[in-house]
Amino acid sequence: MAKITLESLYHSYLPNPAGLEDYVLKEIEISWKDGGAYALLGPSGCGKSTLLNIISGLLTPSRGRVRFDDADVTSLPPDQRNIAQVFQFPVVYDTLTVYDNLAFPLRNRGVKESRVDTRVHEIATMLELEDSLTTRASNLTPDNKQKISMGRGLVRDDVNVIMFDEPLTVIDPELKWKLRSKLKELHQKIEVTMIYVTHDQTEALTFADEVVVMQDGEIVQIGTPVELFERPHHTFVGHFIGSPGMNILPCEVVEGAAFFRGHKVELEGAILKPEGRTEIGVRPEFVRLDKTGIPAVIRKASDIGRHTVVEAMVADIAVNAIFYGPPPAKGTEVYLSLVADKTRLYSDNWISTEASE
Amino acid sequence: MKTENQRAWIFVLPVLILVAFNALVPLMTVVNYSVQETFGNNQFFWAGLRWFEEILQSERFHAALGRQLFFTFTILIIEIPLGVAIALAMPRKGLWVSVCLVLMALPLLIPWNVVGAMWNIFTLPKIGLLGWTMNNWLGIPYNMTVSPVAAWITVIMMDVWHWTSLVVLLAYAGLISIPEAYYQAARIDGASNWSVFRYIQLPKMKRVLTIAILLRFMDSFNIYTEPFVLTGGGPGNSTTLLSIDLVKVALGQFDLGPAAAMSLIYFVITLAVSWLFYTLMTRNEQ
Repeated sequence: MAKITLESLYHSYLPNPAGLEDYVLKEIEISWKDGGAYALLGPSGCGKSTLLNIISGLLTPSRGRVRFDDADVTSLPPDQRNIAQVFQFPVVYDTLTVYDNLAFPLRNRGVKESRVDTRVHEIATMLELEDSLTTRASNLTPDNKQKISMGRGLVRDDVNVIMFDEPLTVIDPELKWKLRSKLKELHQKIEVTMIYVTHDQTEALTFADEVVVMQDGEIVQIGTPVELFERPHHTFVGHFIGSPGMNILPCEVVEGAAFFRGHKVELEGAILKPEGRTEIGVRPEFVRLDKTGIPAVIRKASDIGRHTVVEAMVADIAVNAIFYGPPPAKGTEVYLSLVADKTRLYSDNWISTEASE
Repeated sequence: MKTENQRAWIFVLPVLILVAFNALVPLMTVVNYSVQETFGNNQFFWAGLRWFEEILQSERFHAALGRQLFFTFTILIIEIPLGVAIALAMPRKGLWVSVCLVLMALPLLIPWNVVGAMWNIFTLPKIGLLGWTMNNWLGIPYNMTVSPVAAWITVIMMDVWHWTSLVVLLAYAGLISIPEAYYQAARIDGASNWSVFRYIQLPKMKRVLTIAILLRFMDSFNIYTEPFVLTGGGPGNSTTLLSIDLVKVALGQFDLGPAAAMSLIYFVITLAVSWLFYTLMTRNEQ
């Protein structure tokens, strides 16, 4: 077990990267606490798998260092880093039994057979694979195969970190949920650092204590699920997390106040640097249909179960609001009010209001 | 009640006719010959199973079958591991992939009788590169027309040269279909190169290797052209494989009945071994 630190990491798949745009990872600076549950969240192609492969040692970064505690492991191969990785598609050794699959990493390291036996049984019990220890791995269902991949990581008691690279991609929806809670439960039980890569916000937010949001090879925000939801530091985070995502509304800043289509909008705090392109960000959860406020016309109301997502037009701009109860009819004229301490200003996509507390 | 559309049969009909004329009708002719005796003039007499009994008890048949089995077994033992080894050594990406693939495919493109002729010339003691080198330079007597051992070595070398490529290409296709994650997982699990081969590459190649072994078994068991051109079955009868012997009986001696019975026995052996092998290899799959 160890604390993992990435120091000014850059990576490019080209042999001679010219500009910054040739890099798939740019200036990654992060440190992961021992025993934490982390998620790396971002759209496909944002560099999250690359980052994972650098931590596991499958890739050597073009620039920068990887440290486990104080040791520099940047150039160490994966088998000397004591890490485990679970891949998108379940990797099992087809011809071996479940037992031998779980024992494989231990036997490769010359662990005594008596110790192998106890560990394999412990892990099999934890993963509920006890009954299938003697079956050939090729005969298992995808979710059980994925459990074996996990088990091969867990079986070594000295692992520094277990990494998951979109591990639920090939799992049926109803089993996804089961496997995810199993994972969470395992983390609480064995307290090993886990890093979970996904492009699915639900997976990230339910699994992790802390989520790292990435876009175009850069880290945009690191925070707890609540922080990411409540106060996105970047419009991308606002967009990417939440369903529907944050409303990002163009605005003008005049004398320290923000105006959206001519209406003054109260913000959470003072505006820090009103430079570049300025936008107001507010989540649909904090837009209310009210008696007074910004006049708007309802264009669409979609009932999504517990609540309705109402799309209201302020002049030519659509604003989403979450509404409980029977929704207003299409074409109704309403007023929108934005909850002030949940409304922020973004300049050139980065947050630039003072926090309310 | 569910009505089934029978129109599909019309579309397979051309194939059925084609197969009937190039396989079923000739086969039935052979069956027909195998139970009759003829003295020419297109006159046939019923012979029952006499030819089958005769062939099954004939020492000549036993010897040819023995030579055939030895040949097939030897080339399989060499070609399969060699093919897998070459496939493992081939690059997986980059410019050299196409170069290697083309080089590998070359022997497969040469007509069989040309392969026989090439090796015949190659081993001639006076002018052949191999023959001359062995005899005059290394001082090892090597003459296919005199020594059965030399003839056997040449026949086997020729087959290995001609057909290992097929195994290589099939094994290579199996290898490149293995997802990168398997190798990555193995590296993380601390697996040795041998373990990677034993537990990842070999199991993933199993299907293509099954096909490779089947094809090589059937082809080598029925081989005719190359050894016929190379040695003509000699010296003596030492490289007379089953098919060469069959042609001698059928066309050399014009014993249609025994030749037909022999072909049927030959056919049944090939079929039985192929079926047995395939069943054994695939019995663990759902």
